[in-house]
Amino acid sequence: MDEVSKKKEYLIDRNGKKYEVVIGLEVHAQVLSESKLFSTSPTKFGAEANTQVSLVDAAFPGMLPVINEFCIKQAIKTGIGLNAKINNKSIFDRKNYFYADLPQGYQISQYKDPIVGEGSVVLDLTSGSKTVGIERLHLEQDAGKSIHDIDPKNTLVDLNRSGVALMEIVSKPDLRSPEEVNAYVKKLRSIMRYLGTCDGNMQEGSLRADVNVSVRKQGEDKYGTRCEIKNVNSIKFMQMAIVHEANRQVDILEEGGKIDQETRLFDTKKNETRSMRSKEDAHDYRYFPDPDLLPLEFDNAYVEKIRKEIPELPDEKKSRFIEKFNLSSYEANILVSDLDTSKYFEEVIKNSDVKNSANWITGELFALLNDKNLEITESPISAKNLSNLINLIKDGTISGKIAKTVFELMSDGDKNPIDVVREKGLEQESNPKELEKLIEKVISENQDKVKEYKSGKEKLFGFFVGQAMKVSGGKANPQLVNEILKKKLK
Amino acid sequence: MSDIINLNLFELVSNIKDKKVSSNEVTNAYIERSKKSKHLNSYNEETFDDALKKSKEFDSKPNFSKKLPGVPIAVKDLFCTKNVKTTASSKILNNFIPTYESTVTQNLWNEGAILLGKLNCDEFAMGSSNETSYFGNVVSPIDKNLVPGGSSGGSASALAAKLTPTTIGTDTGGSIRQPASFTGTVGLKPTYGSCSRYGIVAFASSLDQAGPMTKNVKDSALMLEVMSSFDNKDSTSIDFKRPSYSKDLSIDIKGKKIGIPKEYRVDGMSEEIEKLWEDGKNYLKNCGAEILDISLPHTKFALPTYYIVAPAEASSNLARYDGVKYGFRTEGKNLIDMYEKTRSEGFGEEVKRRIMIGTYVLSSGYYDAYYLKAQKVRRLIKNDFNDAFQIVDAILTPSTPSSAFKIGEKLNDPVSMYLNDIFTVPVNLAGLPGISIPAGLDRKGYPLGLQIIGKPFDEQNILNIAYSMEDKINFKFDAKDWWMK
Repeated sequence: MDEVSKKKEYLIDRNGKKYEVVIGLEVHAQVLSESKLFSTSPTKFGAEANTQVSLVDAAFPGMLPVINEFCIKQAIKTGIGLNAKINNKSIFDRKNYFYADLPQGYQISQYKDPIVGEGSVVLDLTSGSKTVGIERLHLEQDAGKSIHDIDPKNTLVDLNRSGVALMEIVSKPDLRSPEEVNAYVKKLRSIMRYLGTCDGNMQEGSLRADVNVSVRKQGEDKYGTRCEIKNVNSIKFMQMAIVHEANRQVDILEEGGKIDQETRLFDTKKNETRSMRSKEDAHDYRYFPDPDLLPLEFDNAYVEKIRKEIPELPDEKKSRFIEKFNLSSYEANILVSDLDTSKYFEEVIKNSDVKNSANWITGELFALLNDKNLEITESPISAKNLSNLINLIKDGTISGKIAKTVFELMSDGDKNPIDVVREKGLEQESNPKELEKLIEKVISENQDKVKEYKSGKEKLFGFFVGQAMKVSGGKANPQLVNEILKKKLK
Repeated sequence: MSDIINLNLFELVSNIKDKKVSSNEVTNAYIERSKKSKHLNSYNEETFDDALKKSKEFDSKPNFSKKLPGVPIAVKDLFCTKNVKTTASSKILNNFIPTYESTVTQNLWNEGAILLGKLNCDEFAMGSSNETSYFGNVVSPIDKNLVPGGSSGGSASALAAKLTPTTIGTDTGGSIRQPASFTGTVGLKPTYGSCSRYGIVAFASSLDQAGPMTKNVKDSALMLEVMSSFDNKDSTSIDFKRPSYSKDLSIDIKGKKIGIPKEYRVDGMSEEIEKLWEDGKNYLKNCGAEILDISLPHTKFALPTYYIVAPAEASSNLARYDGVKYGFRTEGKNLIDMYEKTRSEGFGEEVKRRIMIGTYVLSSGYYDAYYLKAQKVRRLIKNDFNDAFQIVDAILTPSTPSSAFKIGEKLNDPVSMYLNDIFTVPVNLAGLPGISIPAGLDRKGYPLGLQIIGKPFDEQNILNIAYSMEDKINFKFDAKDWWMK
């Protein structure tokens, strides 16, 4: 597994024994699509209950599913983004079970023959990179939503989500720590956002995961018995659930017990997992090919056509940023992990210096966004104005220090920094005559320090610079101040 | 015109077009007769008032360019009809009123037809005698003790009793052809994918197919022409050029090669059926066709295969009737209790039997031995037909192993009931078109049918063969209206 083996491993230490944690994820990603997988109903989030439901979604008698080709294309795109094998023939199966929010009494899913086969994803970890295997990606319908807390006696059902297309992306059991899970989910999300195949919005449930966890003693080849934690809807909860579940399993093993294969639920309030059903109680879903749908078949030309629509993906973009702009791997990672950030960055560098742009975005801008809890698409400072600001520093109109003041002022309504500087009179003082006057004043007022300096206390140079800057109200061109001071103090 | 009801569909249409009779007169005649025929229990739902209104509307603004101008038609209660109760003859849907129309019935209305009512059938089309209906059994106009066959028993009974000039049914394993055979009428099951399944209450999705039931072959050709259409709301609908079946109908079948499958000569087949089949061959020879012996070696596996595939699909298709969204519900202590009570009370015995069989054959541990094996055998049965059609143009068989049986005779013997479908089921498994035409009477005086099976999408050919045979057979049966009050 690449370079990771030589890095610090995530192990659970118990009574001097070290346990390795093995994790596999089944990520459910909602396909970004105007309409559902087998009907023409809209998929908009947050609509009034049961207003986005067709006769097909509500499983009325005689209603039939018809494949939404757009969702197929989205799944193929995602498969390509995961470097995966695209299957020219796949089959939709019925997964039969009864539940109030499952109107058909079965979910249409892909069981034996998924649309996408094996692939891989590269994770960028602080310790280096790691490749995680993808087992498969298949398409399936989402169920509706049972709401238990509106009516005291009854459960209410909202079918808006019923029939919405999901991609289930199954990883191989290649993940070894909560940190890797974090990187994996973020990478998947990043790839799908680049592709426009899933918005990755975890608050709205567009991305959720079933987490498979097992433990084994360090150095063992055989996997331990795994437990599946169902339907975890944030990365933080996934990490908490894994830590809890792995420790629970280690405790059992240390007490001489045996892990039961079972499905568990994560209680976010109590921070613990608890048993939902054992293997023996597992549903018999009676999968069989849906006779209402023909096998899904397309030729290579169809896939190749879609491949041509694939945009530059995070890994390629990162390489390009490193090669073309000479950015560090770390900087490039930060800038490409989110498509909108990379777009913003590329917009800024159209007119500005790359290194400064990267620094300003990852520094001041990220701090501002973080502070105001905003996405980069909602940034109070446009790429164009940030670029203007960077150029004002570059051409010497303002100093880097003043720029931070200007940046703050700009954030109030995306002001053009040129106007801000002019209005507030913040232009840098670069007139040598004015600066000489100013410096002479500083020298004459600090004769004792001048003596000390000349007698060898060279550290005091900074003091004079500081004084000069202070007297100028921060506007003096620091470079010129340096030069003039050096001359005057000789 | 007192003999309106004796006209076949084609004659009726030309009489309307020639303004010899109005839509309202025709509609009235069928309604009057239907009202006097309650004893047969053919109807689940009558839409007489609405039909009369519509017929008047048609007469006030007649469009004679339509193929079914102002023709009243009662349809099997498996087709969803907008704003008209649709029950599939099940308690679980006994209050269900669709807000939508099935494609096939819409096609009828688009060509000027008028809905007369919804016809009884076996519950969810599961049965061969129309005795599994929640609304009671249907009586055959042939004889007061006889079943009309099933599942389209109400359709067959209403057609044979002249309560509707033509009708439509659905055929999953013989549900059009067997009742047609039992009642001396013509029933056609088209190629799978010819008629849209959209809006038809599903029984077994990979087998279900709608088709016409008519007084004669030419009427079937006309009805198929109207019913069949490519429909993008049904993913299994097939886009092929649909001929003008009635216009292209011809009795010229000279040189056609007709296969006689030896495996259809089943144990215990009566001499009457043997003779009927023999007569059929002779009629064909007289029409200039060539008779060839063929083999369909996997025929004996067709029935067991069907009774795995059909219940498997049905068990899943009927899962939606859970009391949550529409239809019948019995309240329960909790969700599971509600499900159990609703489905226990809402479904009849035969439906429950098939749900259980279907659930069993799909269960883990049994799936490979039953469902998967059945799918493989289904492929072999299909291959048998493909091989045969390398040699012959069509296949001639009896429609059923016997004439109609008595009401109650097989109700408690499901296997004997299932055996009734032995000649029709292979056609559904292979997705082929098949037509049953009346070919004679047994010694009790009950009708018997012959079946012609064709290549996929070769309906025109089997219609032509049936048309030429019909001409030679000259079948006549008069039920003498014994049930009328």
